[in-house]
Formats: sequence, structure tokens, C-alpha cells
Amino acid sequence: MSAEAFLQIRNIVKEFDGHRAVDNVSIDIVKGEVFALLGSSGCGKTTLLRMLAGFETPTSGTILLNGRDLADLAPYERPMNMMFQSYALFPHLTVFENIAFGLRRDRLPAAEIQSRVESMLKLVQLGAFAKRKPHQLSGGQQQRVALARSLAKGPQLLLLDEPLGALDKKLREETQIELANIVHDVGVTCVLVTHDQEEAMTMASRIAVMSEGRFLQVGAPAEIYETPASRFVADFIGNVNLMDGTLVEDEADHVVVDCDDVRHWIGHGITGMRDMAVTVAVRPEKIRLERDNVSSSPTEVDPKPFNEARGTIKDMAYFGDYTVYHLQLAGGRVLKVSQTNVERQPDRPLTWGDAARASWSDLSQVVLPR
Amino acid sequence: MSRAGRGGRFAVIAVPYAWLLAFFLLPFLVIARISVSEMGATTVKDIVAWKDGTIAFSLKFGNYLLLAQDDLYLRTYGSSLLFAAVTTVLCLAIGYPFAYFMARSRRSLQPALLMLVMLPFWTSFLLRVYAWKALLTEQGLAANAIESVGLDRAMAAVGLIPGPGQLMNTPFSLILGMTYTYLPFMILPLYSTLAKMDLRLLEAAADLGASAWTAFWRVTVPLSRPGIIAGSMLVFIPCVGEYVIPELLGGPQTQMIGRTLWDEFFSNNDWPMACAVAVTMVLLVVVPLAVFSRYQAEASARST
Repeated sequence: MSAEAFLQIRNIVKEFDGHRAVDNVSIDIVKGEVFALLGSSGCGKTTLLRMLAGFETPTSGTILLNGRDLADLAPYERPMNMMFQSYALFPHLTVFENIAFGLRRDRLPAAEIQSRVESMLKLVQLGAFAKRKPHQLSGGQQQRVALARSLAKGPQLLLLDEPLGALDKKLREETQIELANIVHDVGVTCVLVTHDQEEAMTMASRIAVMSEGRFLQVGAPAEIYETPASRFVADFIGNVNLMDGTLVEDEADHVVVDCDDVRHWIGHGITGMRDMAVTVAVRPEKIRLERDNVSSSPTEVDPKPFNEARGTIKDMAYFGDYTVYHLQLAGGRVLKVSQTNVERQPDRPLTWGDAARASWSDLSQVVLPR
Repeated sequence: MSRAGRGGRFAVIAVPYAWLLAFFLLPFLVIARISVSEMGATTVKDIVAWKDGTIAFSLKFGNYLLLAQDDLYLRTYGSSLLFAAVTTVLCLAIGYPFAYFMARSRRSLQPALLMLVMLPFWTSFLLRVYAWKALLTEQGLAANAIESVGLDRAMAAVGLIPGPGQLMNTPFSLILGMTYTYLPFMILPLYSTLAKMDLRLLEAAADLGASAWTAFWRVTVPLSRPGIIAGSMLVFIPCVGEYVIPELLGGPQTQMIGRTLWDEFFSNNDWPMACAVAVTMVLLVVVPLAVFSRYQAEASARST
């Protein structure tokens, strides 16, 4: 347990009719941290957040905020505020009154409410919209009102439930950074729930990947992405090529994994032993793809060179900034490769049916236990 | 928009307007005309007469003057409005919790509860009011229950009934009958607005520090305002002109305008006076409502 842990979640279990929605989760979150719970729907992330807010009671386990047990506190007594999924703004109140709602419950003097709400409106740049009703605002503006409302009381802990889920893609990208900046500037400790990995990565300093009520891996965004601890995490975050194989060489400075049609030379040692069944994960952007110019007979080339594969391009998807190729290998495996489109009009762009050679460096793979 | 589309839109709007014109405005104008006519031997006289080459208009406003001057009419109007208002408040007080628990009960249970609210409509309205007569009469079931807990003495003390044990034909029996009869009209619109409410708003209120009580008054009640208004109108308006319930359950203390109207038409056979009473009643109810709904429209226009 870290000494400075601000929010301590201890062995939390939540059962619904015998089904474990949250299964023995423990985590320490330090002050000022933005912590993301990432998982697909039904993984228990929202249930965990609702237990923090007090809308659900844990079946067992404790939650301590600043050393204080929250079990006996009703939602309205907890020193935390939540930004709800699709906002739950009060439709009958103006923007100003929505933000002032929590302050009025604390019976603050009118002048203080006025100045607090005004500073919140300024923070989210909605000063001109104070008298509007929520339905007169765009989705992005509503999202900012919801944020201002949840920050107005100066909560010790801010809970965000899919904060950008209701926005379209373009707006989401802009808002992501804006939201991250505001949360950072305010300096509030924050727990965020999302199913969107981009959202988790841009917003959070640490991410917990959840599945079936458990934490599969907790770490910084880059850690989760570059060194996933399990097949599930590697597959859930981003795109990945997963190749099942056997450990055939186990040295201190390198290992070799044989995956039938591909042989991996991995430039670092791993904890494992020979003949262990493993999975090698390679991200599509770590693979280089080039036109296969070898016209000589196949016998002359090494039939199974390290860290490369030959095949034909079966599918491709052009995204503008990059292109994703599906390279069909002779053995039937399809390798996903993404290439940044550095040149505007390359000479002979790779296209459907072209023979191509994929290669990757010996530090680009991750070896996962199977 | 195409011509056909415009025609279709016109038809859709025109049909209800035509209906209202034919079955509400025209009868009202007929009534209004009679109210300013002279009563003949058996029929009312025309207000426009052709006599000796001159057109004579004769509008007789005497009935309205009488209405304004005669204490009896004024008191009757006053008590009609008062009884209707009390009934509306009681229906709201009973109906709101009722509708609230219906709307918050299990989804699978709600159709059955809704059915129970509407069940009384399956029995004739007259029969149900007569049933109260039997229940409230001396030694009636309800009367015995009320007397056994001493409620009748309390009601006698505040003037709802003339004395202990006399429950029938009193303000109490009248208000009881009207509240009982009109309660479903309050519950149904309230239920429909409460059932539509987004319950996450209550969580949001709780999250921002509102207790359940505060959240109810600050969020649930304001959001159910359309239901409160609709229900109150559905109860208040028919109650003002109610005739059958005052006739059966009311008494000498509960003269209501519906009774007066009946008397003018059928006992006194004074149609112009009866029509004047009716027109005044409509104006008494419609004018404040029109002002109110205009204010409402302006309020919602300001916020849009």
C-alpha cells in the first residue's frame, strides 16, 4: 500500500443475483491522478464507479477516501461528484442553475454561488450561455455544462462516466484534450470509466483494463499498449497480430519462437523455458512492408528467415494518414500491417494482389504466456 | 412543399377545427344568443325583428345584471369554484403519491396498477355515486367507520358537517363524492409524466448533495408540472359545472351552479336566465385558464 494513496479500494465485490459484476478488485489511487477503468460493456467498470459514488452498495470490501470509510455515507454526503453518461442535466433548469444546483444544496450565500458559477462558466467557456436551457445547447456544450456542474462543488474526487461517449468522432477528439487540460488544471483526482481506449489513453495517467469484473492489467497508457501482460489486453487495446508458437531457443539475451510459418527472433530474454507454448504479439504499425522483388526461385531464399514474412496483399483499407494492409501468407495466416503514408503520390503504390515482404525488428514483439 | 402535401396538412388541421366550430362554438353562440333574448310565452323571441319597415335589435342584458346583483348567484358561483378547488387539491394530494408509486413500481406490475385505477369506470358513474349514498347514510358502512373513530366530531367542529352523525348531504359528502369520482383523471396524466422521467436525474441530484426529499421537490415535482397542470384542469373544470354529485350527495349548504342551471331550465322554465348562468360559468372557467395558458406559452417561449 502506498503511503500517499488517496483513494483505496480494498477487495471490492459486487454480486447481482449470484453473478459477480465486480470480482475482488483492489487499487490505490494517489492524489491528483487521473485513473481510467477501461473495458467493454458489462465488464463491471460502471458498477465499480457507481459503488464509488454510492449508488450501489458493495457486497463486500471497503472503499477509503482520504483514510475515511465511505460505506456509511449516502451519495449526497460523499465529497465527490460525478459527470453522468449522457450528462443527466436538469432539463427544467438553466445552465446557470444546473451548475449552481450543488452549491445551493450546501446553502452557500448567493454572492458566493454567483461567483463560483461564473468562474465555472468561464472555465468551460460557456459564459454567454448561462440563461439557456440544456436542450438549447449542442452536445459538446452540454458536455461542458455537465463537467462544470460536477466541478462546481470542488469535489475531492471527480467521477467521469463515459464523458465523451455521446459526442461524434471529430468533436470527441477536440474535447478529449480540452477535458484532459481542464481536469489537469483543476488538479482534481479523477476516476474515469470508458470503453474507448483512445479516450482512456489521452485522459488518464494510469489505466486499468477490466474484463469480467477483474483488473487484468494496471499501468500507464504506454505500458499497457507496448507491454501488455496477456493476450486479452494485447488484443483489446489497439490492433495486434497474435501468433501462437513454441519457445525453441531460450537464451539470456534472446529467445526464438517458432510459429510454424513465421520465426521470431526476440532480442531480449524472457522468463520461460524451452518448449513452452507462447503467443507472440506484433502491432501492425511495427511492421515494415515492401514490394517483394525477389524473382529468383524460392529455393535460393531462406525458407524461414527470422522476423519476416512473404505473401500477397489480400485486402487494404486507406485511411488517409495511413493504410492498413492484410497480407496473406502462404500458410493461410493473415498479417495486419499499417503503413504511414509519408509520400503523397508514391511511384508504384502497393495494391491488391501484389507480392510483398513484411519485416519487423527484434524488439518489436511481445511474448505472452498462453 | 407539393400542393397535395399542403392540402393534406390543411385537411389535418381543418377537421378538428371544423369539429370544434360545429360542436362547441356554434352551440355556445346559440346559448349566448338565448341568454340575451326575451322569453316569450313558450319560446324565446328573436333578437332581430322586422316590424313596420324597421329592423329592431333587442338585446336584453337584464339577466346578466341580475346575476351580478343577486347575492344567491354570486354565492353559488363562489361555492362552485371553492368546491372544485378543494376537490382538485385533494385529488392532487391523494393522486400524486399514488401516481408516483405506480410509476416507480416494477415495470411488469404497472399495467395491472393502471387497470386498477381505471376499474371504477367499468361501473356506471351513477351507481358509484348512489353507492356512496348508502355508505354514508346513518348506519352505513362508511358512516359507522367514521363515527367509530370519532372523525365525525372533528368534521362537525370545522363545519364540514352540521353535527356528529350527519354525514350525508353535507359539504363533506359532496367533496368526498367528487374527489372519489375525479381521482383517476388526476392520476392518469400524473402517472404518464412521472413514468417518463429520467431517473438518472435523481441520481445526479443526490450526487450534487440533494437528499431524497430535496430531490423530490427540486427535480421530480418541477418535471411533473405538465402532469400536475393537466390533471388539475381535468378535475377542476368538470367539477365547477358538476350537477349529478351535488344533486345526489350535496345538501342545502352546497348549492352549486349546476343545480342552479337545472332549476332555471326546468323548474322556472326561464331559458334566457339559464343560458346567462351557463355563459357566465364558461367565462369564469375559460378566461382564467386562457390567461394562464398564455402565460405558460410565454414562459416556455422565453426559455426556447
